[in-house]
Amino acid sequence: MTGATVRVELPAHLRRLAGVEREVTLDVEGAVSPRSVLDALESRYPMLRGTVRDQATQQRRPLVRFFACQQDLSHEPMDTPLPEAVLTGAEPFMIVGAIAGG
Amino acid sequence: MSGVRVLVGTKKGAFVLSSDGARKEWDVSGPHFTGWEVYHVKGSPADPNRVYAAPSGGWFGQVIQRSDDGGQTWEPVGNAFEYDGVTGTHQWYDGTPHPWEFARVWHLEPSLTDPDTIYAGVEDAAMFRSGDGGQTWKELAGLRTHTSAPSWQPGAGGMCAHTIILDPTRPERIFTAISSAGTFRTDDSGETWQPINRGLVSEFLPEQESEVGHCVHHVAMHQARPDVLFMQKHWDVMRSDDAGESWREVSGNLPTDFGFVIDVHAHEPDTIYVVPITSDSEHFPPEGKLRVYRSRSGGDYWEPLTKGLPQKDCYVNILRDAMAVDAFDPCGVYFGTTGGQVYASADAGDSWAPIVRDLPAVLSVEVQTLP
Repeated sequence: MTGATVRVELPAHLRRLAGVEREVTLDVEGAVSPRSVLDALESRYPMLRGTVRDQATQQRRPLVRFFACQQDLSHEPMDTPLPEAVLTGAEPFMIVGAIAGG
Repeated sequence: MSGVRVLVGTKKGAFVLSSDGARKEWDVSGPHFTGWEVYHVKGSPADPNRVYAAPSGGWFGQVIQRSDDGGQTWEPVGNAFEYDGVTGTHQWYDGTPHPWEFARVWHLEPSLTDPDTIYAGVEDAAMFRSGDGGQTWKELAGLRTHTSAPSWQPGAGGMCAHTIILDPTRPERIFTAISSAGTFRTDDSGETWQPINRGLVSEFLPEQESEVGHCVHHVAMHQARPDVLFMQKHWDVMRSDDAGESWREVSGNLPTDFGFVIDVHAHEPDTIYVVPITSDSEHFPPEGKLRVYRSRSGGDYWEPLTKGLPQKDCYVNILRDAMAVDAFDPCGVYFGTTGGQVYASADAGDSWAPIVRDLPAVLSVEVQTLP
């Protein structure tokens, strides 16, 4: 399936930075993967560039995680297709600040 | 002058404290950028409504925020800090080569004349410049690529360029300080840099008077006398009368010459302030007494200023960018603590009172004197 309207959940810091609520809805072109979702997110909210992934290397920041459908997708290749439930809007793609510290 | 605005960066956001010239009643606004570590907030000397802030964090990296209404509302601007060319290596804590990695912005220094021009001192140590109000940043790579750079090592807080001073009489001259590489100066707008550390002595170095490697904590200058610099080093308070070509110790009768902040009175270029801290392993005031020390002789002879400051059971720290002065007469002096207090003196340090007592740990304090 190519192209979808995807629900994306953001952590609190990024909600404040982008001035949005917990969840945003994005139209994603082409194959729907973590990479294309982030492309759409950064295109709509350019202030988020560099906060989820490095602007130069495109690598996920170390303490950021990607979850969907009770799965941790953080370590999957960035072009891995997202689950069908994310594409249909039944489940959100979650960007999560990892628990760290005490 | 209509009033004063104190810009406070903390571990969990930024605050703007405002008052009129009496500096008795304060309005507190914030937190701005809630939850972000705000290492620095600073206003443009050319346009007091233009204020820049540097929120960052381990999770989501660095952002830069800009205000055009004196800190009431903010807009994210550019945050792409990319080292120019080959990044090279510096020494890691264990002495091995370690690639330069951008971590955060420690200090923002707006141009003295152009609100859209601003410099950023960053960790790992480098300086960036923006000429478009923070939208885009370009490294002044001559600093990071100095021939001594492969030997630089991080201080305990990281290898950060934490101090930037612009010379009001020579626009092409900039001073910076790096922990723990030392102090550097450019006389060609950042193309090339030279270490200016002659006279510094650091016991932790194998060569104690080395050209680089000194853990300089902060440097201050009075705008009317740009060749005179005052330095709070890891240990030692130092003074240069020749734009950093040479330094001499002016710790004099201080109870300890370890500390982080140093600043200069707005109208008396030889009146300077420090807050002595017990030692490098005890980051709190000696004897639990919070004392600002003032020298009216440009160092060597110091008097404790205690009125209104806690004189027992005080174990806070005052970080390197957490002291500033205003331009009223008498001069206002301000500093913030890791305990969340921001203290103000409206009489050049003779007496103090807290503006706020319970902020998150204060990382930086800057002051704008409003026209």
